[in-house]
Order: sequence, then structure tokens, then C-alpha cells
Amino acid sequence: MAIVRRFLNTSKLVNISLNITLLLLAVGAALLVGSVMIMLMDADPIKAYQALYEGAFGTTNSRAETLVKATPLLFVGIGICVAFRGGVINVGGEGQMIIGALAGVWIALSLDTVPRFIENVPINDFPQITVVTLSLLAGFVAGALWGGIAGVLKAYFGVNEILSTIMLNQIALQLMNYLLNGVLLDPEQKDRVNRIPKTARIEEHAKLPRIDWFSDTPTRLHAGLIVGLVLAVVVYILLWRTTLGYRIRAVGQSDRASRYAGINVKRQVLYSILISGGCAGLAGAVQVIGLQYRLQTDGSAAGFTGNAGFNGIVAALFGGLHPIGTIPASVFFGALLIGAQSIQREVQVPASLITTLNGLVVIFVVSSQIFIKRLTKRRASVPPQPTPAAPKSLPALQEEAAK
Amino acid sequence: MLSRKKWLLLPLILLMVALVVPTQGHTRSAKAQDTFKVAVVMPSASNDLAFSQSMIDALTAIDEEMGDGFEFVFQENTFVVDDAAIALREWAASGEYNLIIAHGSQYGAIIEELAPEFPDVSFAWGTDVDTFGYDNVYAYEAGSDQGGFVNGVLAALLTNSNVIGVVGPIEVGDAKLYVDGFKAGVAWVNPEIAVNVNYIQSFSDVALASEAAQAHIANGADVMTGSAQMVVGAVGVAKETGNVLWFGQQSNQTELAPEIVVANQVYHWEVVLKEIIAQVQAGTLGGTSYKLTLENGGLVIEYNEAYTLSAFDKFVADAVIQGIIDGTITYTLE
Amino acid sequence: MITDILKASVAASAIRLATPYIFASLGETFGQRSGVLNLGVDGIMLMGAFAAYYAVFETGNLFLGLLAALIVGMLMGLAMAFISVTLQAEQGISGIGLYLFGLGLSELLFQKTVVTPTPIDGFPRINLPILTDLPVLGEIFFHHNLLVYVAFALVPISAFVLNRTTFGLQIRAVGQNPEAADAMGISVARVRYMTVTLGGGFAGLAGASLSIALLNIFQSNLTSGQGFIAVALVYFGAWRPYWVMGGALLFSTVNALQLQVKTIENALGINVPSEFAVMAPYVVTIITLIFASKRVEQPTALTKPFERGES
Repeated sequence: MAIVRRFLNTSKLVNISLNITLLLLAVGAALLVGSVMIMLMDADPIKAYQALYEGAFGTTNSRAETLVKATPLLFVGIGICVAFRGGVINVGGEGQMIIGALAGVWIALSLDTVPRFIENVPINDFPQITVVTLSLLAGFVAGALWGGIAGVLKAYFGVNEILSTIMLNQIALQLMNYLLNGVLLDPEQKDRVNRIPKTARIEEHAKLPRIDWFSDTPTRLHAGLIVGLVLAVVVYILLWRTTLGYRIRAVGQSDRASRYAGINVKRQVLYSILISGGCAGLAGAVQVIGLQYRLQTDGSAAGFTGNAGFNGIVAALFGGLHPIGTIPASVFFGALLIGAQSIQREVQVPASLITTLNGLVVIFVVSSQIFIKRLTKRRASVPPQPTPAAPKSLPALQEEAAK
Repeated sequence: MLSRKKWLLLPLILLMVALVVPTQGHTRSAKAQDTFKVAVVMPSASNDLAFSQSMIDALTAIDEEMGDGFEFVFQENTFVVDDAAIALREWAASGEYNLIIAHGSQYGAIIEELAPEFPDVSFAWGTDVDTFGYDNVYAYEAGSDQGGFVNGVLAALLTNSNVIGVVGPIEVGDAKLYVDGFKAGVAWVNPEIAVNVNYIQSFSDVALASEAAQAHIANGADVMTGSAQMVVGAVGVAKETGNVLWFGQQSNQTELAPEIVVANQVYHWEVVLKEIIAQVQAGTLGGTSYKLTLENGGLVIEYNEAYTLSAFDKFVADAVIQGIIDGTITYTLE
Repeated sequence: MITDILKASVAASAIRLATPYIFASLGETFGQRSGVLNLGVDGIMLMGAFAAYYAVFETGNLFLGLLAALIVGMLMGLAMAFISVTLQAEQGISGIGLYLFGLGLSELLFQKTVVTPTPIDGFPRINLPILTDLPVLGEIFFHHNLLVYVAFALVPISAFVLNRTTFGLQIRAVGQNPEAADAMGISVARVRYMTVTLGGGFAGLAGASLSIALLNIFQSNLTSGQGFIAVALVYFGAWRPYWVMGGALLFSTVNALQLQVKTIENALGINVPSEFAVMAPYVVTIITLIFASKRVEQPTALTKPFERGES
């Protein structure tokens, strides 16, 4: 209850509505600039933006697709909240997603085909919930470990995480290409000269179920979204209700002060990137067992991730680096991405125009943050609201004293 | 200051309101009786001088032939498989299109899912052979090993150093088929010739493709070929060196380097597409797998007019093409 | 076997591969030294590459192309400066925005003007009397195009500017302790505007080095993510121009080596999976850093917007 009450705190609500207004204004401004470009392409901007709206929200199916697009952004974004709050700039979401997907699909497939690890238990006796849970868990752990490499390198070897995560993205991609063309290759493809690098399709009982209770026609909306929503709440609690979360945030605020307060800075750095990588890994696993049902590569990372590893960062920032805020932000950004695709189809403008438009939206939105800063500062000249109560641990008290 | 800013923002607010207020669901015109409408999604830019462009060229050719009776829309650069899924599903649900094409082997899983959901819609996808057992799915592929073989034979005849370089993207699908055919063609002439193949693991890294070509040349290659859109970098290197020959693949790459391109294997998807269109018009929505071959004219070896091929070499190449067509020349791929 | 692999051509290849990285990373070094992380380098490179290509395509004048890349790059840099300094936007994100913008716009313009990849005559390789004909050394060092030499010449110049000039001192002061710099009367905003704009110009040149010198062509996403590697190399070099160059050369040398090994692997009788070969430069870069890392502190104010009287 306390959580809900805190969330409904009036000044917070004002803040949120302010955020939303500014977000809409910034997007509006970006689209206004975009409309000039669309006109230069001899297309009708009104028709284009109508297509954008229709594409994202017009039909049951498009609304479902918006949520489907939002799902990986949400997972990655939640992880980014933890990383950025902990002062770690994790741009390795792409790689972590890939590794998570590899682990997830491997588990999903091995529970069918590979030597069974429980004697005399026929495979189909593994209930769906077990297989799915194990796959997701594998995705999380694998993503966390992959992120953890960058974490260890940063914490114990002084290797900057931007460098290592950029490099690890490429390494993960090549690892995927290798495995999909090798041990994970679909047995049906093995004998073909022009084989396609993809895994076999996972079985029914390894799939995350689709959510179909709201519409008569089938859509691709899947239970991954629910997993994401739960994860958002869990990570919210973790960040603001546990000592670990408090420490992570303290290190993000100032690692020097945290050190004086007796916090093991290195360990918090490692924890935050582990969690962050895990969330991205989960995104990868969910994409496979919830949506695509097999992992396939076209040689690039984006072919599988859809750039969610980067777009998730944007979503997290739109959401104020808050796991709960990341939920609407992901939906919003997902809608934009889906709608933009629809512009291309309906008005037949080049795909590159859409990419440009996305860039403009990101720039305008991120730039608009300054107005929030200015406005909140003005309002904050009234007594500052108390910082969310951290669990009263010794280091916490020490830091408060240091202030 | 703030209040003035507020007024400035008013038009934007109005714009947003206009955007957010639900618009009338745009009425889709019913499927016109005699216009055959095609929608296609493809992974790279429509002007890539390679895979995607070969499809656009084919559709344009059909468009010119059928005139008002044909129309196509496309979504390009859809390397994100999920985005292709959205486009394909929307087209299928609209009921507006007579044929929906997924031009990329990575889109197979999507078709596999959509086909049973929309049994009245005809799908085509490639390059692959799998119709998944659905009678509303056509599959198409290019027997690119055939043209690869012909290119390989010519390359073997033209090399003096007995070293040939190949730059490829990733070792799968269409590219692998072409390269394997090419190697077989070289070996058919002279198994002693070294064919160095370098898959650079990217469809887009022009700089790496260019350096891979440099490496081939530094190690003695005087004839090169390659597959996919990043090879423009390799062609450039061959051209700069001046005495290295190039064989094109997928689209006609002659204009990239008229001095050194000998021949290109060009895909003419219109051969297969026309057949599919005729089938759909006759009421058959799928179930067949098609293949571009030298025989059906889907694969064409287009020589570069500006490059003078000796009468003998040209004779051999044409004989090999004929031999593959009538089955007197056979080869096995690795 | 070793002699088959370690050929002069490999070293020459490494130098060519390193060229765009050196341009872009040096530019990024200036920005980061003053406290601004620009993740949008790749987008600027693409815009620079297109600008240079288009100018040469239309006029045939290489130096006009260079100028176009420089101006367009600086304009993009200026935009980034405005976003990150004046509007104090979160730098990592605005960089991603800038990247998407450059990626899309460069391709859009290309599609609307030139349409299909068409080769142009770029900077030719320079043949120097005597030097070019030297065995081994000639091939490695004296048979490149002009921009390769410009890139390497910029390394000592950048080091000099950063370490020995007042401007360099101001840059470092602003990046290390903006409050103190401000108190000393240095305009933090002005310095950051200058470095980020300059960095944009360098990134534009990096693009030009691809489109009108090394590859002599343009197509969508020509850089294929090189700008991101360039940012990583700045960290590798710990914000020092010579080390940044070292990082670029290390990365490119491993890349050239893997290409060489893959090219002649039949003759060598080995078989390295392409995936692992392509992975090598990334792995080696990380591992090298583990051993070489001297725990250099990054510019304290990196990614932190500065506002007067804030703390």
C-alpha cells in the first residue's frame, strides 16, 4: 500500500503530468520538422501522420503490435535504470540480448532433443511453466554473465564499460553467427547447401503463451509483456526498498562519498551491470520464446534485436530512469517505431526518412528535459521533498551525516 | 518568459490534439477487380545493386509490361525481422493484396505463422524451397550455383596467377550457394587453381570488404568475385588496381567498374513472379516451389560489352551455360 | 608460415583501416577531454561521407569534397554542442539520436540525389620518388592517399594542442573541474562548443576518408558502426592522442591480420571459423586493455552538463 500511496503523491503527479506534456510537445515539435521533410518528399504529412497514428493505435492488431514492440524496450530499459542509477553506462544491451536469446533458445530446445538430465522422465512431462521458467532464467543468467564481463573489467581492471560493452556487442554477434551455423543449426538445414542459419522451431510447451483474451482475431501479443511489468515492479522495489538498491544508487550519485560511507563501490558496480545485463538477456529470451519461436541471424545484431539494446536506453530515459516510468515510455516509444514503419508503407516514403524522424524525436525529447529541470527547480524552491526513505543502515546514516 | 513560451507552444499543442483525437479509420479501397496488387518487404535498400534491387527491378519490369493491371508497394530496409512481421501481417489482414512477398530467407518463420491464419491470402517468399505444406505459400529460390559455376569457369580461364579471390558476407544461403558453385566451376577447368574465400561476416561493412579484396590481391589474386551489397568496396579495389578482373553477382555490377567487370550473374525474379501471378489469377494460391535457373531464364549471364572476351573464352562460357541447361554438365557442391 | 602472414601488405592494410578511426577518435578525444561524450560520431561520419562524396560526384573537386565534409561535420558537431551544452541533455542518449539522424539523413539524401552506388575518382595513392619504391617500407608507408597522411599528422598536432597550448589547458580544466575553470574566467560553454564542433569536423573528415579516399563510393550505412568503435578507442587511449592512435592501429592490425589469415588459410592448411577471425580485433583490444590499463581517471566532468552556481 505504501508504494501505491507514494506513487499517488500529488507533487509527484504534477511532475509526471509535466513530464508527459513535455514529452508530447517535444515529439510534436520533432514531427513538425519531420512534416517539412515529408513534404519535400512530395508526400502528404497529414496522411503520413494519420498513418503513424493508425499504425500504432488504429486497430486491435496495431495496438497489440505496439505492445509487442514495447516489450523488449521495457526489459532493456528496466536494466538501464539500474545501470545508469548505479553510474554504469551500459551500451551493451544488444550483446546481452543476443546471449540471453542463445541461452533461452538452447534451454527451450534441449528440453526436447538433447540428452535428458532426468532419467526416465519423458520430455513432454516437463510442464510448460517449467520449460518457460527455465528458459527465461537461462536468458537472465546468461545476459547477466555477459554484462558481468564488462562489470568485472570495469570494477577490477579499470576498463571503461562503454569500450567493453561496444566490443562485447560485436563478440556476442559473432558468437551467435557461429552457433547458429553450427551446434544450434536447425537439423533440417544441415544438409542443404544454401542453409539458413537458424535454430529449429521450439515446441508448443516451450513457448510463452500469447495473450488473446481481448480480441477475436489472433495477435502476436505475448505473456512477455506481463513478465516485463512484473520485472518493473520488482526492480522498482529493489532500487528503492532494499539496501542493495540504495547502495547502487549511492554509488551512482557519488562513488567517492559512497566509499567514505563504507560501501564497496566495486561490488555495487558489478551488481548493477549484472542486473542490467540480466534484464537485457531476459529481453532476448522473451523475444525468442514469446515471439519468434526460433533464433535466426542475418549476420547483423539488429536483425534479431531490432536495436532494442539501444532503443531501450532511450525508453529508460524517457521514463525518467525509473522502472515504473519506463513502462509508459516503452509503450510510447514502441508506438512511435511501429507507427513510423506504417508511414513508410502507407505513404511510400524511403525507410531512411523514418530513421531520420526517429533520430529527431530522440533529440527533441532528450533536449526537452531541460525545461523539466528548470520548472522543477522553480517549484523546488519550496522545501525540497524528503528523499525516499532509504533503509536505515549504517552506511546510509553515515552518508546522511556527510551531507 | 514562461507565459510567452506557452503561447509559442500552442500550435504544437493543437497539432498534438489533432494527432491524438481518433481519426476516422481510413477506408481502404476494396480490391480493384482487374488490378493485380503486390506488396513486398525486403531486408536492404531498394537501390543496393544486389539482393533487394533485383526484386525491385523485377517488379518494375512486370509493372511496365502489365501497365494499369499491376501495382506494387514495398517496404525496404526491413532488416529487423519483427518489423517485417508487422508489415506482412498488416498487408495480409487488409485483404487488399493479391500477392504478398517476403523477400528474404530470414522471413520464413513469419510466413509459417501467417499462412494458416490467412488461408485466403497468397504468400511468396524466398530464397528457400519450403512451402511448409501450405497451399497458399509459394517459395522461390535462385539456383545461383549455376551462374556461379559459369563465372567460375570463365574466371579459371582468365586467371594468369592461378589465384582467385572471393569476398562473401556470411557463409549461408544464397551467397554460399553462389560461392560453392563458383568454386566448382573453377575446379572444373583446373583443380590446381587456388580459390581463396573470405567471408567477412557482414552484409554492410564496405571498408572490410575493400580490405579483404586488398588482401586477395596482395596474395596474388588477379580475378575476384563476391556476393552481397558490401562488395562495392571490393569492386572499387579491383578497379583501382587496374589489372584485376571482377565477376558480378545478383545485379549487373558493370557500371561500378566498366573496365574490369567481365560478366555478371543477374537474377530475373520476374520469370518466377510472372508464373506465380498467373497461378494466383487462375485461383491457385500456392503450394509450389520455384527456382531461377539458366534454363528458365531467371538466371542470366550478362557480359560486359566493354570488356573484350576472347572468342574461345566466350565459346566455352556459352557451351557451359548450354551444358548446364541440357544437363550434360553436372557438378557436385561441397 | 609466419612469413606468409606477416607481409608488408598487411601493415599497409592496417594503416588504411586505422585512418577513419584516427580522425574520428581524435575528434572525440577533444570533446571528451572537455567533458562531453558524443556517441553520435557514426552519424556525423555518415553525413561527412555523404557530403564529401556528393561534392566530388557533382564537381569532381576533391578539396571541395573535403571542405564539404568538414563543414557538415562541424555543423553536426555544433548541433551536438547545442544539445549537450546549452540544453544540457543527457549525452549518451542525444548521441544515439544524432546517430539515427545522420544514418537516416545521409541515406535519404543519397537516395534522392545519386540513387545507386556510383564510383567516383577519389584521392589517388601518392607515389613519392624513391620512397615509394623502397622494398617493404615503400609499400607500408609511402603508397597511401593524402588523407591517410593527414590523419596521422593530426596526432602530434592534437597532442600539442591539448598539452602545450592555452586552449588545451582550458579544455583540460573544463573537463576536469568546470567550477574552478569557470571561477578562473574560462567560459565552460565556449570551450565545449569549440571542442565538440571541432570533433564533429574530425568525424566529418573520417567519413570523407572513406567515401572519397579509401572506398570512393557511398552507400547506405557506409561506416557500418565504425563511429562507435572510434568512441571506444578514445577510452582505450585514455584521452591521449598518441595512445588513441595506438589503439586504432592495434585494432586495425589485428583486423588486417585476420583478413590475411583467412585469405590464405587454404595454403596454410588451417581452418579458422570466420566468426572467430572477425571477432579477433575486439577480443584483442579488450585483453590488451586489461594488461595495459593504468587506471587512468577519466575527465571528472565527462557526461556532466555544467551549470553556473549549481553546486
